[in-house]
Amino acid sequence: MQDGESLNLYEYMGKEIFRKHGIPVPEGYVVEKPADLKEYKKPVVVKSQILLGGRGKSGGIKFAKSQAELKSAAEELLGAKIRGLTVTKVLVEEMVNVKKEYYVSIALNRSERSPMLIASASGGVEIEAVPHSEIFTRKIDPLLGYSDYIGREAAKFMNLDKNLSAQFRDILAKLYKVFSEEDCELVEINPLMETAEGKIIAADAKVVMDSDSFFRHKDINVTDPEKTPLELEAQSKGYAFVELDGNIGVIANGAGLTMATLDALTLHKGKPRNFLDLGGTDNVEIVAQAFDLVLKANPKVILVNIFGGVTKGDTVANGIVEAKKRFNITKPIVVRLSGVHEEEGRKILSDAGIEAFPTMMEAIKTVVKEAGEAQ
Amino acid sequence: MTVLVDKNTRVIVQGITGHQGSFHAGEMLKFGTNIVAGTSPGKGGSKFQEKVPVVDSVAEAMAYEPDATMISVAAPFVKDAAFEAIDSGIKLVYILTEKVPFHDSMEIVHEAKLRGITVMGPNGPGITVPGECKIGIMPNQIFRQGDVAVASRSGTLTYEIVDHITRSGLGESAVIGLGGDPVVGLTYIDVLKLFEADERTKRIVLVGEIGGNNEELAAKYIKEHVKKPVVAYITGRSAPPGKRMGHAGAIIEKGVGTAESKIKAFEEAGVKVAEFPDDVPGLLK
Repeated sequence: MQDGESLNLYEYMGKEIFRKHGIPVPEGYVVEKPADLKEYKKPVVVKSQILLGGRGKSGGIKFAKSQAELKSAAEELLGAKIRGLTVTKVLVEEMVNVKKEYYVSIALNRSERSPMLIASASGGVEIEAVPHSEIFTRKIDPLLGYSDYIGREAAKFMNLDKNLSAQFRDILAKLYKVFSEEDCELVEINPLMETAEGKIIAADAKVVMDSDSFFRHKDINVTDPEKTPLELEAQSKGYAFVELDGNIGVIANGAGLTMATLDALTLHKGKPRNFLDLGGTDNVEIVAQAFDLVLKANPKVILVNIFGGVTKGDTVANGIVEAKKRFNITKPIVVRLSGVHEEEGRKILSDAGIEAFPTMMEAIKTVVKEAGEAQ
Repeated sequence: MTVLVDKNTRVIVQGITGHQGSFHAGEMLKFGTNIVAGTSPGKGGSKFQEKVPVVDSVAEAMAYEPDATMISVAAPFVKDAAFEAIDSGIKLVYILTEKVPFHDSMEIVHEAKLRGITVMGPNGPGITVPGECKIGIMPNQIFRQGDVAVASRSGTLTYEIVDHITRSGLGESAVIGLGGDPVVGLTYIDVLKLFEADERTKRIVLVGEIGGNNEELAAKYIKEHVKKPVVAYITGRSAPPGKRMGHAGAIIEKGVGTAESKIKAFEEAGVKVAEFPDDVPGLLK
């Protein structure tokens, strides 16, 4: 996992976490194939497990009022493509008699460096579509944590009666525990449903976890469905790597410098094929392996942009020479080397017949030109 | 005192015997930083580079009267190390470590704030005041004493820009890396206040990136409170929406925190925005 990345959990996983913390959720189960469906007893909702908002509108949610309907709903959804994503799991849940829909979430507010409670009596739609005057927001001091006075403020704002307020505040206290104990960036219930029977229940669950916390959540084992196979391979090898659609392979060090490299390429009408941040390393093999990844993306030319600090110029140069030999690279490689051990690095490269530029702009202009000429 | 540190700042390194800790402590000594002690639980009684005493705990290190600490321990142990430093009353806590869970960072940052303690990082390059003191991992050779103060959210991109400033004939009064994580101790506004108050600093460079709204808040603050000229550079202009580019900070969320919004905010505040890193010195002159 890369620094500061976050991981979106599927609804059914979020609900398992909710259940563990005592937040009421509809009864249900997950299947991957229709043969595993349980016997039909009462009306159910069949929900595709994909990470997209607005699943209902895209046909990803079906209702079933008989065994036959349940079977056909599951058959139809499993394997179906919804806005480009293949459904591999469906959640079968008891149908709830809806009286009203609410919204509640706790999210990290970066500039306040604090959790933020967001709640509204207008739920069931995207919160961005709700007028500000109908949204309750409140910063939570992470040292004090959640306490009932915060829930009372929110319940009053939402005009909840005594019965609903008590249930709502109980859910809020537990939701905050999910947020803090499970290291979440976001926990969202939309809709939070009031049933005809007067109960409040989490009809959906959006849980986004901080990947940096996974050393203390060893039970979490999901791959990010938004990543391409090559991005997943890079992640397993410890590189920050993003595929783009251009033809210039990019290897740089530090997220900021790598982004600045892509910006400069783009402003010079070059098209980057990828983002690859070497990070801080003094290991030749890590440099060589980075070339393996970039070559798999099949760019026309490769740009290496290094400002040496923790990552030293000679280490990078040795890595480039090693990669060129090991992978028989015939594509043009344009290198920029500055910073710690730049002289040593440039000498190693020139001995191997590779020119290294001292500035980023020279390298950028050269690689864009070569990308235009290369076949 | 210049910006946060000077020649007299007494520094300890938590994790001084580790791979990263020992390398960077060595570089800091070469720079001239006054490292008075290092900690490494279980290794107390030895010496680092035959001169810096190594002790088992921050409590023991307090005998050397430190003003600042650099924390270089593995991510799962950062909260413990930071609390140890905060509880001992060290006034400046710099966390070098990356991949620290942000829930830990939130607790560290808020506890420090209550006690009037400054936290730098996590996941940032630290602070360098040329000719005075370096705490962190910036390469020693790129600096020259001067009047330009630089604040940034990234590491290598900061070196790139500092290098251009130095090569252009200008120099730096202070360079501070805030850190690339979603939760870090210092904001641009905190640093702008320090730069505005610092006598050596005559001009300011802010290096920002997409994601969050800290640059927009900084722009507003500059418009209202900063008299010294400010130049900004924003990276991530070419990032496709929703794609993560390594820093958690660098996520475009539904149009908020885009490069366009940050550039516009700076320009409205009278801040010149550089298109490329090497345009920065020209805009400073």
